[in-house]
Amino acid sequence: MNRPAAGRTLATLFAILWPVAALAHQQGGEAIGFASGLKHPVSGLDHVLAMVAVGLWGAQLKAPAIWLLPVTFPMVMAFGGMLALIGVPLPGAELGIALSAIALGVAVASEARPPLWAAATLVGFFAIFHGHAHGTELPAGANGLLYSVGFVIATGCLHATGIGIGLVHRWRAGRIALRVAGAAVAAGGFFFLWQALR
Amino acid sequence: MTAKTIRRAGLVVATLAFLATPAEAHLMNTGFGPFYDGLLHPLVTAEDILPVIALALMAALGGTRPARVAIFVLPAAWLAGMLFGRAVAPPAAESWLAALLTVAIGARVAADGKMPASVVAVTSIVLGLIHGWSNGAALAESGVGLTGPCGVACTVFTVVTLVAGFAVPLTAPWARIAVRVAGSWIAAIGLLMLGWSVRMSGLRT
Repeated sequence: MNRPAAGRTLATLFAILWPVAALAHQQGGEAIGFASGLKHPVSGLDHVLAMVAVGLWGAQLKAPAIWLLPVTFPMVMAFGGMLALIGVPLPGAELGIALSAIALGVAVASEARPPLWAAATLVGFFAIFHGHAHGTELPAGANGLLYSVGFVIATGCLHATGIGIGLVHRWRAGRIALRVAGAAVAAGGFFFLWQALR
Repeated sequence: MTAKTIRRAGLVVATLAFLATPAEAHLMNTGFGPFYDGLLHPLVTAEDILPVIALALMAALGGTRPARVAIFVLPAAWLAGMLFGRAVAPPAAESWLAALLTVAIGARVAADGKMPASVVAVTSIVLGLIHGWSNGAALAESGVGLTGPCGVACTVFTVVTLVAGFAVPLTAPWARIAVRVAGSWIAAIGLLMLGWSVRMSGLRT
């Protein structure tokens, strides 16, 4: 794009977005909803570790797991979130999240290669706990829909981060580094488990 | 239109759809009259625009023919639904139905379902009628004349055309996977919308 065109695009965007921004404070909660939804998945280290581990494991398992996991996970996680929203309790969600970090960390550390359905089931099972925690922690007054949009996007980006890091798998040293990272995730999981049980 | 122009227009629409969300689902007052109020209405309502994007992606995965069907049938059905909605108020179950449809279409995209043109046509009609119904009622409630629904239909046509036009040429495996991931995100958001509308309706156990 040449510079005048870029300038025009910017000016157009600015002109279009400006009146909307001005209107925004007549209503409440929407901007808060999106921002807090986007922030929530990256604010808890237990969740971050597990999500990145999903990406790492996918990268180790290669196709088709590398894309099956990020395609399945958001839907199952959202199912867990829906259960929370309609009021179905899930006891021990914190415990489930800590256990998911341990299980995924051990899987990455040992470069476990279960059949695809087993890997997808394991990841899907834990995804329900992660989603449920998000659903119950919805801040009061926030726009639920935009909160959901935000947290689905943020979770997807965490997977992408894991897959991106996992690309080092093509080198020998990278494979070792990935296994060390898996061990670190598992260690983090044990820490969160200890915290949840305390 | 050159490819660059299309890309730039797509960027503007995407940014609008994304950043303009601070507004409520209720009608925006642009100050330019009912046509422009209608034009902006779907762009500031995430629950309207997400299924449109999902449908465009689903049609595009099926190839050129289903995509061509979707870009004309969806706005037409939407318009018909809006005209109906001016006379008959939608039931409360409408928001659940809309969320369910979003989940179903998003899941089809995630599963890389290559839908034939007939299935795309039927889905477009159902989706357009349901969303048009609630849009039409909302527009009539705010006292917007018949040009409002025309504006809404124009935006629906623009979005479905841009998204489908962008996604049809994506044949590389990784690009298709990106489309499928987008579908899974939309399905995920739809599931949460479903939970949300149950919670809002006070049926929470």
